[in-house]
Amino acid sequence: MIHNPFAELSMLISPAVMQAYVVLMIILVAGGTILDMLHKRSAEYFFANAKKAQAGAKREVTSAEKIGLAVQTVANEVLTSSEFCNVNRRISHLFTMYGFIIFVVTSAILIFAYPTPDVAAPVMLTFLWHLGALSLCVGGYWFWFSIRVDVAAEGKNWYQISGRGDIFILGLLSTATFGLLWSFAQQAGAGVLTNLLFALFVISATVLFGTVYWSKLAHMFFKPAAAFQKKVTKADGTRENLPAEYDPSDPAVHERFPDIKEYMGSNPPNMGLGISREAPRHY
Amino acid sequence: MPTFVYMTRCDGCGNCVDICPSDIMHIDTVTRRAYNIEPNMCWECYSCVKACPHQAIDVRGYADFAPLGHSVRVKRDEEKGLIAWRIKFRNGKKDIDLLAPITTKPWGTAIPQLRDAEPPSQVQRDSQLLFNEPKYIRFDDGDLHTLESNGLKLKEGVYY
Repeated sequence: MIHNPFAELSMLISPAVMQAYVVLMIILVAGGTILDMLHKRSAEYFFANAKKAQAGAKREVTSAEKIGLAVQTVANEVLTSSEFCNVNRRISHLFTMYGFIIFVVTSAILIFAYPTPDVAAPVMLTFLWHLGALSLCVGGYWFWFSIRVDVAAEGKNWYQISGRGDIFILGLLSTATFGLLWSFAQQAGAGVLTNLLFALFVISATVLFGTVYWSKLAHMFFKPAAAFQKKVTKADGTRENLPAEYDPSDPAVHERFPDIKEYMGSNPPNMGLGISREAPRHY
Repeated sequence: MPTFVYMTRCDGCGNCVDICPSDIMHIDTVTRRAYNIEPNMCWECYSCVKACPHQAIDVRGYADFAPLGHSVRVKRDEEKGLIAWRIKFRNGKKDIDLLAPITTKPWGTAIPQLRDAEPPSQVQRDSQLLFNEPKYIRFDDGDLHTLESNGLKLKEGVYY
């Protein structure tokens, strides 16, 4: 499990071609994301909305505060996927996300730094490459066979593909699966099968990175931006036109809304969960 | 006017799908986000707006309680037992917060034990009154209840 599959591949394909392929994929992701933003005008809408929110701000948010909010966004929304309410989706997303990052980063390092058998790659690096692909498979297949069937809940079974929405997850799953199988086949010396699995691996990766314009791979850019903007609107008082957070035991709240104290007393208990006691799964 | 979903806020949890009485909030199979499949069948009950844990659903309101272009947004906090509304006019000059209790006891602790209630007698069954009607509207508990007999006063305007 700890060999470097790209080193053996260099007998067949020169490292320069592999490196050019990685660069091409980076260009495809960047290009797809930019085209997507231009087409949907999402960035334009995002900044216009942020400007509108700023016009109604009750206080100025300093740059230092903004840095703090950005750090918070990275720590919560980005690193721990905190915005998922569903625990299973969150764990599956973490497996998939970290698996993807480790897999992509180690692939790039292996291809650029250790592309030939002359320089042996550190065992840790090749181990991480396999671990990343495995983690991607765990999170992804969990999503595909269990969570997606439940969440989509529109009569979609695991064998039903619903168009563009599934390009991303299927691209991820096939890239990681064929990558792993290719590596194992190479180690076992499976000959033609190795080449076939490698071809499937390359096709999957090209589909995954080449279809950013249609798939939802770009969510890694716009989700953190939206989460950060949400925190800024909370800090500057506009709160996207949402009401403030009120504490029912606060005397200032009793003063302003007398019936809170009248009906609930001056220090109401935690009422626990109401409709949230049941997970939404009746549809 | 019907509800709509902010796609960047929605995480497809399905709370709105569950609660919609008209069954018109669905999860889009392509984007895996909620959307209103039949906007002209939405009667703005606000159930989904209140149930959404991310405040990802909004309504473009009619001019029946604020001039067009206003924003009415809500945050329902079950643990605090509060619901907060914010009504903001289009020009931003009128900006009101309203706060009301939605429960006075922890959820699920005050469910009436109807199974333990006495079943209606034959006389009650033959009567024109509904089950427990005199008792529940308190006609048989002393005299007719009025504001005066209960020591209450009619207050002017909306009590807030």
